[in-house]
Amino acid sequence: MSDLLTIEGVRKRFGHFAAIDGVDLMLPAGRLTAIIGPNGAGKTTLINLATGALFPDSGAIHFKGEAITHLATHHRVRKGLSRSFQIMNIFWRLPVLENVLLPVLSRRGRAGAPLSRLEREKDAVAEAEQILRDIGLAEARDAPAGALSHGDQRLLELGIAIAPRPELCFLDEPSSGLTPVERTTVLTLIRKLSAERHTTFVIVEHDMDVVFSLADWIVVMNRGRVLAEGSPAQIRAKREVREVYLGEELSA
Amino acid sequence: MIERTSRPLALVVGVVVLALFLLPLLAGRYPLYLAIQILILSVFSLGFNLLFGYTGLLSFGQAGFFAVGAYGCAKILLAVPNLLLGLAGGVVAAGAAALILGILSVRHTRIYFSMLTLAFGMMIYSIAWKWRDFTGGDDGLVGIPRAPIQIPGLLNLSLATMERYYYVVLVVSILAILIMHRLVRSPLGLTLQAIRDSESRAEFAGIPVRRYRLIAFTIAGLYAGLAGALLPPLENTVTPPIAHWSTSAEPVLATLMGGVHVFGGPIVGAFLFFMIKDIIVRFTEYWLIWLGVIVVALVMGFRGGVASIFAR
Repeated sequence: MSDLLTIEGVRKRFGHFAAIDGVDLMLPAGRLTAIIGPNGAGKTTLINLATGALFPDSGAIHFKGEAITHLATHHRVRKGLSRSFQIMNIFWRLPVLENVLLPVLSRRGRAGAPLSRLEREKDAVAEAEQILRDIGLAEARDAPAGALSHGDQRLLELGIAIAPRPELCFLDEPSSGLTPVERTTVLTLIRKLSAERHTTFVIVEHDMDVVFSLADWIVVMNRGRVLAEGSPAQIRAKREVREVYLGEELSA
Repeated sequence: MIERTSRPLALVVGVVVLALFLLPLLAGRYPLYLAIQILILSVFSLGFNLLFGYTGLLSFGQAGFFAVGAYGCAKILLAVPNLLLGLAGGVVAAGAAALILGILSVRHTRIYFSMLTLAFGMMIYSIAWKWRDFTGGDDGLVGIPRAPIQIPGLLNLSLATMERYYYVVLVVSILAILIMHRLVRSPLGLTLQAIRDSESRAEFAGIPVRRYRLIAFTIAGLYAGLAGALLPPLENTVTPPIAHWSTSAEPVLATLMGGVHVFGGPIVGAFLFFMIKDIIVRFTEYWLIWLGVIVVALVMGFRGGVASIFAR
């Protein structure tokens, strides 16, 4: 497997707090990776560094062999990196269709067309409609995104994240706040999209059932470092991982 | 947004446009003067609302670009009496000013953006006072001709009468409104609205957010400049108070009264602004206080502005 994203010796401090304290990580194409760890372990900070929402204090990040350590977010998106957000982040006043239409137009280089009409961007609209069918929101096409139920908004969040056709897509707690039924929908969808779209997903999750049923590879983080990584079976066998989740102090 | 204009709304718009074209046959000079002011404020406010309602940036400095448009047009008309050149010059000058100050302003958002634009606006205001050689200082520029529209060898249209100038302002305003209507329904309009809803999400859709904010700021500046450039041929003078922050407040008030999230809101608001002002001024010189009371009542009574009743 070729490495899609490599993170080498990355550190990020917020004041005196070392949010990421020297992380090395390789994410190969096609392997669905889950990042787990207690609150404050640095999972979301790591996503922020990988996607350009934050820049590291030191270390390097490469995407498809190219250094992207200090590249602006929108350039990374064009290269094939994308993400969803832990806290709902959708275009809440815009209709559902237009939420996924924007990244599609942007990828096609049409997001700045000043005098065209949206209806005339037929290829882009067709592509956006296909995404809505994929995420099961085709019927809600014209509803304002803010009027959707929480579960449907999470689905839309996923739809916006995959609309740029990313090669690597981070999903930050995609199942948080969902009912068991909605959770199953989201997971089935991630698995399906993972197979169909040639997108490699990296999910951050708290729910261990989700993690162990979905992931090919698990990365355990604690206090800004990678504590362990391995296949679900390997991780399940590790004692220190269980200790982290029991909230016990690690003996040095 | 992908939305179809409803039939009753299309009818209202049609009747209003027809009435505007017939107005000079029915009304005297003063109503025409008032109608010109309303059209100018409409164009001014539409540009402002591209920034505010569509992009989510509240500018308190639009009077600066309005003034650049007005002074630019006036200087050209004093040198070369051709209205087309005056309008074009005013628009280009205001657009250039907006592009330059926009690069500095759009690095910030929310209250920081608002305060920065207020400061830049007041900077232009003080230039209008102090740069006597160019602006005439507190005397302003006087004797600005209502120059004819000239295209050498093709057209030489005198605008000496109020009626003729009214038609020029009407046609220019309708064109500006149509272009803006097209803009907000284009992919560009969608991109700006997405930035308003979520800056971070827009970035992850692949949008260079700052560049698009600058585009919106520059277009708003062009519209402010066009509105400003239409004023000197009407008044024959330009004085520094048009650059004052209270001029910046006019599109803010008009937009809030008419409706931030409705395309026609700023136009309805501009009409209300001058109607209310015109009526109150007959009774009291403290018209601003009463205007304030009415604005508060309208904003609280019609959430989303008066024009939002058409959008439902």
